Amino acid sequence: MPRDILLKTDRLTKEFSGVRVLNEINLEIRRGEILGIIGENGAGKSTLVKILNGTYTPTYGQIYFEGQPVQIKDTSVAKRLGISMIPQEFNLIPELNVYENVFLGQEYQRGPFLLDTRRMRAKTRELLRELNTTISPDEKIQNLSVAGKQMVEIAKAIAQDCKLLIMDEPTTVLTAPEVETLFELMRRLKQNGVTIIYISHKLKEVREICDRVLILRDGDFVSLDPADSLDLRTMANRMVGREVGTILPPKVTPSEEVILEVAGLTVSGLVKEVSFQLKKGEILGFAGLRGAGRTELAEAIIGVRKKTAGRISIAGHERRINSPVDAVRNRIAYLSEDRQGIGILTNFELAKNVTLVSLPKYFRFLINPAVEKKRAEYYVDTFGIKTGSVYTRVEYLSGGNQQKVSLAKSLDPAPLIFIVDEPTRGIDVNAKREVYHFLHELVESGISCILISSELEELVGMANRVAVMREGSLVGILEGDQITEEEIMYYATGVTGGVSA
Amino acid sequence: MNYRDQLRTLWKKVDVEKHGPLFALLVLFILSSIASPYFLQTRNILNILRQVSYTGIIGLGMTFIIISGGIDLSVGSMTALVGGLAIMVLNYFGGGYLAIVAAVIAAIILGLLAGALNGLIVTKGKVAPFIVTLGTMAIFRSLTLYISNAGEFRSSSSLYPELGMGAILGIPVPVWIFFALAVIGQIVLNRTRYGRYVCAVGSNEKVALYSAINTDLVKFLSYVIAGFTVAVSAILLSSRLNSISSSNAGVNFELDAIAAVIIGGTSMSGGSGTVIGTVIGAVILGIVNNMLNMLGVSPYLQGTVKGLVIIGAVLIQHKKR
Ligand SMILES: Nc1ncnc2c1ncn2[C@@H]1O[C@H](COP(=O)(O)OP(=O)(O)OP(=O)(O)O)[C@@H](O)[C@H]1O
Ligand SMILES: [Mg+2]
Repeated sequence: MPRDILLKTDRLTKEFSGVRVLNEINLEIRRGEILGIIGENGAGKSTLVKILNGTYTPTYGQIYFEGQPVQIKDTSVAKRLGISMIPQEFNLIPELNVYENVFLGQEYQRGPFLLDTRRMRAKTRELLRELNTTISPDEKIQNLSVAGKQMVEIAKAIAQDCKLLIMDEPTTVLTAPEVETLFELMRRLKQNGVTIIYISHKLKEVREICDRVLILRDGDFVSLDPADSLDLRTMANRMVGREVGTILPPKVTPSEEVILEVAGLTVSGLVKEVSFQLKKGEILGFAGLRGAGRTELAEAIIGVRKKTAGRISIAGHERRINSPVDAVRNRIAYLSEDRQGIGILTNFELAKNVTLVSLPKYFRFLINPAVEKKRAEYYVDTFGIKTGSVYTRVEYLSGGNQQKVSLAKSLDPAPLIFIVDEPTRGIDVNAKREVYHFLHELVESGISCILISSELEELVGMANRVAVMREGSLVGILEGDQITEEEIMYYATGVTGGVSA
Repeated sequence: MNYRDQLRTLWKKVDVEKHGPLFALLVLFILSSIASPYFLQTRNILNILRQVSYTGIIGLGMTFIIISGGIDLSVGSMTALVGGLAIMVLNYFGGGYLAIVAAVIAAIILGLLAGALNGLIVTKGKVAPFIVTLGTMAIFRSLTLYISNAGEFRSSSSLYPELGMGAILGIPVPVWIFFALAVIGQIVLNRTRYGRYVCAVGSNEKVALYSAINTDLVKFLSYVIAGFTVAVSAILLSSRLNSISSSNAGVNFELDAIAAVIIGGTSMSGGSGTVIGTVIGAVILGIVNNMLNMLGVSPYLQGTVKGLVIIGAVLIQHKKR
């Protein structure tokens, strides 16, 4: 094997209870390259890299690392070989603080017994600075936002020198500047000879950062080409195996009727006197950088965060919403950006997740499993959820399919106001297209939608108006021709508009 | 051909969470009938069932608490307190039929209140269930001792024992009640919204909260349910003995109830479990005790065996995951 090949797989195959999800993959990864992996939800991307880092053992097939055949039977073997991974779903201990998580299992010692906390703290601070975040090494994980948790996962993966760094959808919750910082870091690592595997559904990013792109479909190898020989269309079509239609549906003109009015909403320290109106059938986008307070605003509206001031009116009547129970009663639904932490119950079956919020709607006293099954089947069909059955536990679904379950769960109570926080997080182009068209149908039928998103394209393409937040304040609402990526970024960063910093 | 491989695939197909306890019960049953010819006699079987029903009934309530992510250590002391006070009510009203009705109602109200007290401190006070119920365990026992002056609550009624000693169609009353409550419990857990919410809260409280579930209410009610089962058990126990010893009644009931739940396959970390499993767990414990007695094993060693059974059950469950 030539010396510039770091890792090679030979007929690598994985089956879960007899179902083949990865089919005889032959792959050569070159030393010092950034290899992109793309494919639909459930194509087997995570499964492939989980085999490389020892989370799963292959059903059959061989891995060669630096020319030697290796058996990566658990993650500690991978670590010893110099393979490090940022998993798709966070693997942090919420009760421990940042530096303890970063060094979990790889602690610095002082002598045989004592931990060298000073050095670990200092190193963590340095890593986090490289990632351009202000998170303190002593902060508890449970107090971090999803983006914060993502940054800690990244820091954890690079805390120790490694030869192969695997990143499974690291940017789904990051905003544009954060992604840029991450890419700079990746380029630096690459210069130092680190090989990187980068999995993402953001095809533009894949084209920008990767040297070569591997495409998987239903567990099969489709192609492996230099990134600059592929355009976005080709990538999408090859992933799906056919021509992907137009991604964005046309915009619907909302009615003039105001369905939701928020006035002077304040959450101490996080959201400052935010006022806006949402019209019937409107998609109101919310843009902003990390820490702008968008998620906090949404959480205040649905009553999980204490409002220190402000009023909420629905269809002209003032309403008190102090808990999600109140929110659902007022027909407001919320889709969280934190899928596994807030959105779904991973050890529940798919069907039970789908009806968790809407149970009171169907069943006065006894639950009827047949009705429940029908609801679940409806969503499996509508969103094309890839699952064994509606009774599969969602922890066995791929990340993107879990996202679809989360979406189904918040939609099932038939809300009038639907607040979605990063709704297309981690779902493939085709599913994204389906979600967009679904939102389109919803607003066409008179439902109103607040779309919080860090994907500017999504905001520009979907929203009737875009509200931009900065440091807890609403600094401007863009309409019509004003809605461009540049204009949004100007407001978000404070170059134009609103209160000054 | 290769029967070991066949056995292995068969073993993999067994869903331990669902069928493990039942399988264990069957094996134990067969072993016991081989070990002692006396075991299979109806009287012995009924005796085992009656003996396990007191803690088994409490185990039903405990199942809800453990699935919702909590624990209740106070059930044993609560049994003594509720049973003792029920006898006081019985004596106060003279020990006739109406007095028995009054005692039963009083016991159930007291049980619900004691459970509500636990539930309130856990949810409103945000204190860990282990701590709260460790505290109330001490409080309930001490109140029982104080009220009776460390002696016995003795019933003056000659009718009361008929309740706990009685049998319908040859099957003891406590056994009927145990099975009836188990069926109701299983339906509540599997087929009602409340049951679904109990699993959701135990599985991930934050997700449950965001899913518009009143998590505090769900947890509170699980302690109230347990209080109710304690009351039922206290009535059956006190009427069988026609007395309640303030220092001995209900001692270690919490251990047996929790053990039945765990052996029955309910996860100690919450989120999933079955009521039927708890019934099986209680019966398994009963058969083990029965066999040890019949084989003449020293009573002092029986605790060791019980401990091994509990640890073994959990080990098998972990292996499969
Ligand atoms: N532990 C498991 N048990 C059973 N099936 C599994 C397990 N893990 C993954 N699968 C199945 O394997 C298939 C591939 O999943 P994988 O997570 O590799 O997809 P993916 O390409 O990473 O998708 P996504 O883009 O949604 O993250 C899916 O159909 C999934 O349901
Ligand atoms: Mg994945």
